[in-house]
Amino acid sequence: MTDPRYVGVGFPRVDGLEKVTGAARYTADLKFPRMLHAAVVRSPHPHARVLDVRLEEALAVPGVRAAVAGRDFPYHTGIYLKDQTVFATDRVRFVGDPVAAVAAEIPEAAAEAASRVQVDYEPLPAIYDAEAGIAPGAPLVHPDLGKYEVVPWITPQGGTNVCNHLKVRKGDYEAALRACPHAFTWTYRVPQVQHVPMEPHCSVARFDPAGKVIVHTSAQSPFTVRHLLCACFKLSHGDVQVVVPAVGGGFGGKAGINLEPIAVALAMRAGGRPVRVMVDRAEEFYATVVRQGLTATLTTGVDRNGKVQAQKMHYLWNCGAYGGYGVNVVRAAGYTCGGAYEFPNVWGDSIGVYTNRPVGSAYRGFGMSEIHWALEQQMDRVAHEVGIDPIDFRLRNCLGPGKATVTGQVLGEHAGRPDKCIERVDAALKIRGQKRRRFTGKGIACAVKAPAMPNNASSSVVLKFAEDATLEVLVSGIDYGQGLMTVAAAFAAEALKLPPEKVRVRGKPDTDLSPYDWQTVASRQTWATGNAILRAAADVKRQLLAMAAEALGVPVAELELEMEEVVHRPSDRALPLTALVMGYQFPDGHTIGGPVAATASHVPEGLLYLDPETSQSPKPVAKWTFGAQGVEVTVDPDTGQLSVDRVVACYDVGHVVHPGLIRGQTYGGVVQGLGTAMMEELLLDEQTGRVRNAALMDYKIPTTEDLPAEVEAYYVETPQEDGPMGARGIGEHTLIPTAAAIANALFDACGIRITEMPITAEKVLRALQEQGKGPPR
Amino acid sequence: MRHEITVRVNGVSETHTVADNQTLVSFLRDTLDLTGAKEGCNEGECGACVVLVDQKAVNSCLMLAVEADGHEVTTIEGLGRPDQLHPLQAALLHHSAVQCGYCTPGMILTAAALLHQNPSPTEADIRAALAGNLCRCTGYRQIIDAVIEASSHVRANATTEPRMPRRLQ
Repeated sequence: MTDPRYVGVGFPRVDGLEKVTGAARYTADLKFPRMLHAAVVRSPHPHARVLDVRLEEALAVPGVRAAVAGRDFPYHTGIYLKDQTVFATDRVRFVGDPVAAVAAEIPEAAAEAASRVQVDYEPLPAIYDAEAGIAPGAPLVHPDLGKYEVVPWITPQGGTNVCNHLKVRKGDYEAALRACPHAFTWTYRVPQVQHVPMEPHCSVARFDPAGKVIVHTSAQSPFTVRHLLCACFKLSHGDVQVVVPAVGGGFGGKAGINLEPIAVALAMRAGGRPVRVMVDRAEEFYATVVRQGLTATLTTGVDRNGKVQAQKMHYLWNCGAYGGYGVNVVRAAGYTCGGAYEFPNVWGDSIGVYTNRPVGSAYRGFGMSEIHWALEQQMDRVAHEVGIDPIDFRLRNCLGPGKATVTGQVLGEHAGRPDKCIERVDAALKIRGQKRRRFTGKGIACAVKAPAMPNNASSSVVLKFAEDATLEVLVSGIDYGQGLMTVAAAFAAEALKLPPEKVRVRGKPDTDLSPYDWQTVASRQTWATGNAILRAAADVKRQLLAMAAEALGVPVAELELEMEEVVHRPSDRALPLTALVMGYQFPDGHTIGGPVAATASHVPEGLLYLDPETSQSPKPVAKWTFGAQGVEVTVDPDTGQLSVDRVVACYDVGHVVHPGLIRGQTYGGVVQGLGTAMMEELLLDEQTGRVRNAALMDYKIPTTEDLPAEVEAYYVETPQEDGPMGARGIGEHTLIPTAAAIANALFDACGIRITEMPITAEKVLRALQEQGKGPPR
Repeated sequence: MRHEITVRVNGVSETHTVADNQTLVSFLRDTLDLTGAKEGCNEGECGACVVLVDQKAVNSCLMLAVEADGHEVTTIEGLGRPDQLHPLQAALLHHSAVQCGYCTPGMILTAAALLHQNPSPTEADIRAALAGNLCRCTGYRQIIDAVIEASSHVRANATTEPRMPRRLQ
């Protein structure tokens, strides 16, 4: 009998049936008896003092059951930097900042009551650009910044708008730059964009008569939601229960904590009735969270051999009004500031700045797509300037085994191979040395990312059996589309030689019942939960074999776990799992063992903090995933319209766990990246501070018509030493290089360089006209 | 104003009194608890609420419940059963074309309306038909491939995809 193989083979996703039949229930699909509906009163001002909030008229609206404002809950929250209160207390910092909220019998009554909450504001000068935010004398978005609670590795600077600053200093940058015959400096910009999950955020909270808080929420991280709710409302973890049903996409926007504190605050005043807070699509755009904006200025010094010797990177982040989560994007961009390249002498600064824009937070890629927009165009431009093919220039400078990152971490032999990814993309797309038709071009960009998380971020799982030997796998990572539940089933089925239909992944965690997991972010679940499952499965197997050995009176060493049975080859006897999973009962009735179950966990090994002044560390992060994407484009010189005709992606994922799911991650990341590259930008009216395109009619995301004609995905499999069966994360990486690859292909097609994302037809046409290549103006 | 309406939903006649401003999506979700139709934008831009009205794909957030009076509505809950999936449902599973699943019901029903009208669509036909159904997860490639495969099963008048395991989760 050949071994079953479920890892790397692929079977229909285990939560697929409930999704294609409409059975899957998302938070907004849940109905609770006597549930109230909330409306949030939001600031119309980008920056103002809150002088008074009066709720009396709102409470007088028929059907209103609760109204709350900042003074009722002056508690701070934020995952890394506690800079936000549930509702604004003394000050509002962006258009959309919650000021108060009401709960009523029907949504219409809640909306009416919200409109009757009276707020007296004293407008203050607003800032919208990070550059303005760090200028001397800039209005302070957070005058109390120096007093906020913060984790030790985030460095807000009180008395300024800087919410975090990470410095990377390696080698002697100044001396190395002086010695270089070529040096180039350019600046690149990325606007704020929104995640646009198809399911808008929704949370339902109830404060029961015994004082327990029960929250159902569309979130990526139930345990972190619980932890932050407890810190915010001064509650015991024993009295807060967070349940996450099916989640309709997140992309980072549902990481950390979002609407939950508003729902809990209302629930505490609602007499035990559940309160639902659900944002509409407009609020999703301007009032939940967005990707941070970036201004990046890079200086590259190259020696005569085409090797970069000196690299300076200045990343200025527009964090928006609150930086609770975004400060860690700033940090991650700092310690990854060199991207996929080996730079011997580095001067890097990653600086987060508060502004009066929507709140920046985690977004698929966690800062990497933004810095790669700069880095990968810079590499391309430098290559052209020094007369080296951009592919060769990348191969000459990229990281790999034995090479050192900007933080001085020397990559081992099990690190991923960017060179192989570059070569694979070039082999498929034939970028090097090809003649092109006019106005067609090809470009490439590399990508790298490590999980950005606390050094002790952990995952745990429980494996247990039902009476019919169905294995139940309890995980608390969230499957919000990426396929964690299916990956978990694959690992469990493989390790215990069970057919996948005998494995049920219980992947809708309830903090009262499920094992702990830090967060579903950072492309960490396949790796962390996968490792925990393999460990727990080994324990389960040990228990089954020990019990079977006693039952059969044979040594454990002679037993094997096969398809749903334990086999003793020498005597050709076997015990079905059904005879073991609840304990083995001998013919005379006495029973040994008991229900078989195991728990196991994963925590990254040996991670060391960065040096606070230089960010040097031999192992600052758990792993790096490298990749590259190549694109082929056509430009219409009459309209400036850019068409992406073909995309080739290649990633070193260590081990492909599920071919269908990994292709889904790749296509999805590429198309989301294409959206940010060419279509998406949160536009702000600088007179009013309002987002001008907070609707899907005005903020376009890719549709079926925007999908390139051809998208190809390839994978290199250099096993990750500490990965489950060698696997490493991939969920975010597929979006990281797309925008820069398109920009580089555009340059290849017609010699124009767009440095401000997105690459719209208007920008391309203007640049063509400036070069005399487009139609006359 | 309230009106009594009778709508045939997934083959069952439903008579209810509804407000004149109640949308069809609210009628399905809130009155009948058929939550397969999702609310993604409530302005007809995302396609998550698409259902079939007399076999045609409709954004149910843009249609009033009273407008459905006397008509036949099919939601995702009525399209196939676990042991007898519609070819589109089976093909989406087979092609790993489902991720978060929020757009999936609307996507499947829009494709079902397309195949009802045109059982032999080209890829361009499929792209055009699905352009009003936003998906942020999949990048659409596997969805389009699934619809192509399902169209061949629809043409062959097949109702099930034989390779599918009976029970997955």
